[in-house]
Amino acid sequence: MSAISNVMRRELTGYFATPVAYVFLIIFLVMTGIFAFYLGNFYERGFADLNPFFRFHPWLYLFLVPAISMRLWAEERRSGTIELLLTLPLTTMQAVLGKFLAAWLFIGLALVLTLPMWLTVNYLGSPDNGVILAAYLGSWLMAGGFLAIGSCMSALTRNQVVAFILSIVVCFLFLLSGLPMVMNLFIGWAPQIVLDGIASLSFLKHFADISKGVIDLRDLVYFTLVIGFWLLANVLILDIKKAD
Amino acid sequence: MIEAKSLCKSYGGFKAVDDLSFTVEAGQVLGFLGPNGAGKSTTMKMLTGFLAPTSGTALVNDIDVVEQSVAARRNIGYLPEGAPSYGEMTVLQFLTFIAHARAIAKSEVPESVENAIRKLNLTGVKHQPIETLSKGFKRRVGLAQAIIHDPQILILDEPTDGLDPNQKREVRGLIRAMAKDKIIIISTHILEEVEAVCNRVMIIAEGRLLADDSPQGLIKRSRYHNAVSLVVEAPEKVASSLSELPQVAKAELREGELTLFPTADEGLFEAVTAAIGENHWQVSALRLEAGRLDEVFHSITRKEASA
Ligand SMILES: Nc1ncnc2c1ncn2[C@@H]1O[C@H](COP(=O)(O)OP(=O)(O)OP(=O)(O)O)[C@@H](O)[C@H]1O
Ligand SMILES: [Mg+2]
Repeated sequence: MSAISNVMRRELTGYFATPVAYVFLIIFLVMTGIFAFYLGNFYERGFADLNPFFRFHPWLYLFLVPAISMRLWAEERRSGTIELLLTLPLTTMQAVLGKFLAAWLFIGLALVLTLPMWLTVNYLGSPDNGVILAAYLGSWLMAGGFLAIGSCMSALTRNQVVAFILSIVVCFLFLLSGLPMVMNLFIGWAPQIVLDGIASLSFLKHFADISKGVIDLRDLVYFTLVIGFWLLANVLILDIKKAD
Repeated sequence: MIEAKSLCKSYGGFKAVDDLSFTVEAGQVLGFLGPNGAGKSTTMKMLTGFLAPTSGTALVNDIDVVEQSVAARRNIGYLPEGAPSYGEMTVLQFLTFIAHARAIAKSEVPESVENAIRKLNLTGVKHQPIETLSKGFKRRVGLAQAIIHDPQILILDEPTDGLDPNQKREVRGLIRAMAKDKIIIISTHILEEVEAVCNRVMIIAEGRLLADDSPQGLIKRSRYHNAVSLVVEAPEKVASSLSELPQVAKAELREGELTLFPTADEGLFEAVTAAIGENHWQVSALRLEAGRLDEVFHSITRKEASA
């Protein structure tokens, strides 16, 4: 069995050995429901699509993903198991990937559990299922981006609360980087290329594209790069700062 | 073989390990002794590839632990300080995870796990989550995890800490039984453990190597080596009388026990027994001292602290 899948399976066993997994899944489902039905006016809009459901995913992830990712490395540091894990014959990258994939699959599971929502719109009308599938994919990819940031932040500290807060702050910056309130800070003095750069970092913008059903290669590349970048940073942080 | 070459580790400006070089051959059971904070665990962390040395390196079976960390780790079984493990997993789940991570062939995993469980007497708790186990059982899970792949090199940081006397004895037996053809490094604060399992001792303090010897060799450094202790009536009188002997360098009376330290002349014990016979002293205990490891440890590490 490959080192990555071994670590991944151990993590997943760990999730379900504690109430954390169930609490998370329930909260996730309840929150998506509340957002879609109350804030998104799921029924009243009269459209057969899942737009109100997906629209709030970035905001949901902002808090829920760090709640998953905060323990990834902080807990290993606190309990000392990091020393056990990183003296097994596997590379730091394999350990990071294994843990990341476990958490990502877990969020994938949470998304799968929202399928009744999809069934409901199909029952009520005839939505464009291609768009919905694309939106699911986009949502999961975006969750991966949040998760990679959270995993990296979690490697910085042995304190889960600190990891949680750091993750929210960094995720928030990534989320908002394309919105006018952030862009206004830069417009007028920063060169256009910087403005474009900042705007193109936004999770919201890339997610909006995908959730409209347009799977643009650039959006896929974007999320892949975000995940790759933060996981690499994660490996570097662990290698530089293993003790304490 | 393990070859440590000028290992150094600094935390900020503080030197936890300072230019440590040594080699360990197959068949040796090496004990790291030293006061708290001496750098024993830090040295082990560098040998197992967890911490990168600030300078210097180590070779494990000719593989560099810095450059080829993963390859080097394959040769090693390691019990980190405090025996960390994933508390939410059961003993069986945890050991199975380690067995897979140690690249044991899939078909042999259950057997290796069972073997380790049996060797460490964990059969009764194998379905229990580790976090619900007592301290001694957790330590044994840590030991099982370290030996599961029958590694050529075992590095055990305080292996018997928290074990009850029976388990201590059993773990020491286990270590001795594995010692043939293997390299075993343990760190401990229990001096009798060093005498019981090690055939080599390194005393480390403030990150530096102060002594490297066999336990017997260290004991011989004790000023008690070949001294004679006796419990006798009217010890003051006996002490002054025995001090006359050419074999007696010094007589010390402590808590009713009289200890006579030898000069370079041989035959202290014989001279003392002869004097007892001649003078008809009432002796209730008499023994030849082998030497005291705690006293050697104290004098070696104290010298360093005051220097
Ligand atoms: N992460 C760290 N940051 C700063 N200093 C550290 C760190 N880890 C260890 N030290 C220091 O390095 C020194 C050596 O520590 P080490 O754990 O190797 O000692 P030890 O010989 O194992 O002691 P003990 O017998 O108490 O286990 C100590 O002074 C310790 O405070
Ligand atoms: Mg230690």
